[in-house]
Amino acid sequence: MDYQLSEEQQILVDMVRRFVREEICPLEDKLDPDAGEIDPEDSTRLKEMTRKMGLYGLGIPPEFGGPDVDVTTQTLLAFEMAQHRAGLYNPCYNVFGGAGLAQLYEATEEQKEKYLYPVLRGEKTSFFGLTEPSGGSDPGRAIQTRAVKDGNDWVLNGSKIFISGADHADFGILFARTSEDKGRNGVTCFIVDTDMPGFHVRRVVHTLRSTKYATEIQIEDLRIPEENILGELNKGFAIANDRLSRYRIPYAAGCIGVAMRAQEMAIEYVKIRETFGGLLASRQAIQWMIVDNEIDIRTARHVCLEAAQKADRGEDFRTEAAMAKLLGSEAGGRVVDRVMQIHGGYGMTKDLPLERWYREMRIRRIGEGPSEVQRLVMARNLIGGSFH
Amino acid sequence: MSIRLNKPFQDLTPENLVSVQGQLGVYQLADENDNIFYIGYAGGRSLFGLHGELTREMQARESKPTRFRYEVNQQYISRYEELLMLHQFDYGELPERVKDEYPHKVGVLSPN
Repeated sequence: MDYQLSEEQQILVDMVRRFVREEICPLEDKLDPDAGEIDPEDSTRLKEMTRKMGLYGLGIPPEFGGPDVDVTTQTLLAFEMAQHRAGLYNPCYNVFGGAGLAQLYEATEEQKEKYLYPVLRGEKTSFFGLTEPSGGSDPGRAIQTRAVKDGNDWVLNGSKIFISGADHADFGILFARTSEDKGRNGVTCFIVDTDMPGFHVRRVVHTLRSTKYATEIQIEDLRIPEENILGELNKGFAIANDRLSRYRIPYAAGCIGVAMRAQEMAIEYVKIRETFGGLLASRQAIQWMIVDNEIDIRTARHVCLEAAQKADRGEDFRTEAAMAKLLGSEAGGRVVDRVMQIHGGYGMTKDLPLERWYREMRIRRIGEGPSEVQRLVMARNLIGGSFH
Repeated sequence: MSIRLNKPFQDLTPENLVSVQGQLGVYQLADENDNIFYIGYAGGRSLFGLHGELTREMQARESKPTRFRYEVNQQYISRYEELLMLHQFDYGELPERVKDEYPHKVGVLSPN
């Protein structure tokens, strides 16, 4: 596989790198180290810049108004966009725009008018409600939220947990069991307006990450009209699964981008920090950490780009995406850990972004499917479908 | 565990601040009738953490009677936002001073 960037890709990568270093990082110098948002005026100004760059709405299909950028180039840009303090969970504070819920591209025209287009115009925000207290790794079987048909409506009862953005959202998609089938074939996806009676965000779920927090949702006799079913009745799991596969590539890319920036910081630091009369750079223990970082970064980056290229070719990329997610999150964690070690006491302080990355990177091994589930996905694809 | 900050308020005095450490966390300020007029946090850039922030508040209030309560919390940003949402749920709006300072949209919680 050839990873020589095209001239156009190199220009875009350089442009985004400069944007992150010259526009995003200086803002962070004035924010709280755990901040997750920039001032709305800065956000508006920077969105105008990304529009002029032709990169606003990355991830939105061109037929819906997004820039015509392939998955590989988006991945290369995602490596760059993550290279700042908040970059793991809020790359560039969303000034490149968001694609919204990918599932809505498959919605009916009426649903697109009501939900998708307002999201793409930046007028509405949404959430993705899949995980429940009974489990998140095997949602097809774990979902206990029930939907019962009543006239032309469905009445939902249940709860969801670890749902990001539900407290700010105008609507979201919720998965509920709609048949006696206890597995994947009995789940339906519903579009839910957050002002519907019976929808409650009960609490913030505090985790290692301070921003982009998760919430717990309770659904009590929530009445949803039939036309708010997304996709087909009892086929909701396919919709959920599609997102899980697609999202693994940018998820991995964020981890790798942070690891790349941490490695840069380490290399800069070891050339100026002295111990026992010599630079850290001259110590073999340190050199090996730097080398191990590079091996981790290049391996993860290679697999991530391989997944992206397969996606661009329209091939099945599920195995590569799962491998990228596993490698990106685990390698990223190791790299940040080593770079903290190299920085000694300063590495643990909030003066540097490392302690935030360290906390947030730990979540990445669990979020969007833990490493064990990625291995399960790969094993199923490599061996065959009936051994699980 | 209650998600509200339920500890009793204390008078914001130098004597009561002695036991407040320089840790990260959130705090609420109230008038003499315990009506909350401010919610704040001591974050990564706060000099001497909660102790520093509350000392600064005490000096800024001069002789106006002020009461305070606080919670040590490493996840001070998400806890702060949760307290803002709870206040909005309980009173229908944010405390006046927060309205002036906080430029972002506050989420909607409907706790039990």
